Amino acid sequence: MAHAEAQQHPVVAHAEGQQHPIGIYLKIWGLLFVLSTASYLVDYFHFQGYLRWFLIIVFMLLKAGLIVAVFMHMLWERLALMYAILVPTVLLMVLLGIGALEADYTFFTRGVFFLKGLF
Amino acid sequence: MTQAIRTSTAGSLPLPEGIQGIVADWSSDQRAFKNVPWGKAMMWIFLLSDTFIFSCFLISYMTVRMSTTEPWPNPSEVFGLELFGKSIPLLLIAIMTFVLISSSGTMAMAVKFGYEKNRKMTFILLLCTAALGATFVGMQAFEWTKLILHEGIRPWGNPLGAAQFGSVFFMITGFHGTHVSIGVIFLLIVATKVIRGDLDHERPGFMTGRKGKYEIVEIMGLYWHFVDLVWVFIFAVFYLW
Repeated sequence: MAHAEAQQHPVVAHAEGQQHPIGIYLKIWGLLFVLSTASYLVDYFHFQGYLRWFLIIVFMLLKAGLIVAVFMHMLWERLALMYAILVPTVLLMVLLGIGALEADYTFFTRGVFFLKGLF
Repeated sequence: MTQAIRTSTAGSLPLPEGIQGIVADWSSDQRAFKNVPWGKAMMWIFLLSDTFIFSCFLISYMTVRMSTTEPWPNPSEVFGLELFGKSIPLLLIAIMTFVLISSSGTMAMAVKFGYEKNRKMTFILLLCTAALGATFVGMQAFEWTKLILHEGIRPWGNPLGAAQFGSVFFMITGFHGTHVSIGVIFLLIVATKVIRGDLDHERPGFMTGRKGKYEIVEIMGLYWHFVDLVWVFIFAVFYLW
């Protein structure tokens, strides 16, 4: 029985634990440094307009993706957990859209009522 | 008794992958999240709810900022630092970002050494993570002091422009700083358990009868990486906008 347990243990440890070589963490760490520097430089060089927004959002999503996928081990989880966590997060885009519409409307009415000269 | 009774089915039968895997996992008996310790699934669900809280803050910030007719204070200048007589934009925030990312890196490695049952390395890396987290909170305290005392920024107004700037800033960074502070305490507790050998000897923790296992280091890590993740979004939409 002791033998059977000893044989069984590594299987369970592999199934429930996350073991990856240290190199992958160091590489992602380096990559996050590069991406953070890049997003800081967007501000430092005063990029404006759509280019600024495009770069900020791309760097932000890349960093977030790397942290969730590798540091939080989402890449190696089963799809059931992945979908349970990531799909509701994507639904937040709806709230984002509603917020933007509402803000535009509020800005417009404020313009009309408080700053008549603006329009 | 020739055969040990198996209480866990993990690893005994091959689980289906892909869409079939999702259907099979969700319709299965007892547990939907296979191959994941109970505590880890619960931490993920807590983090999902926390994601919604922070999203509510950030989306209301967007709404408030887009709808104000007053000029918004320029974060690049407000958070700049004077260094050698030159003002460098966003310097403090950039350093804070690097400190938090580094703490995430040491945390990820602590999890790895934890599963290898390397007690000393796990303990050292957890302490490094806690120290970097405390540094972050310290820098945030410095930033708040500077803004409150020198720039005169208050939650209800400020001399630089839109009144909403102060309320949004203190709300969002305050909530995030609270998360970091709780994380530092959480890290110190886990580090103590690791160095005492509680996890090697499977001693149950405070307020629980469950055996101590190295998976708690990974669960702690999920929380810590989440705090870093939230900062990525705050950095992008609050400081760089």
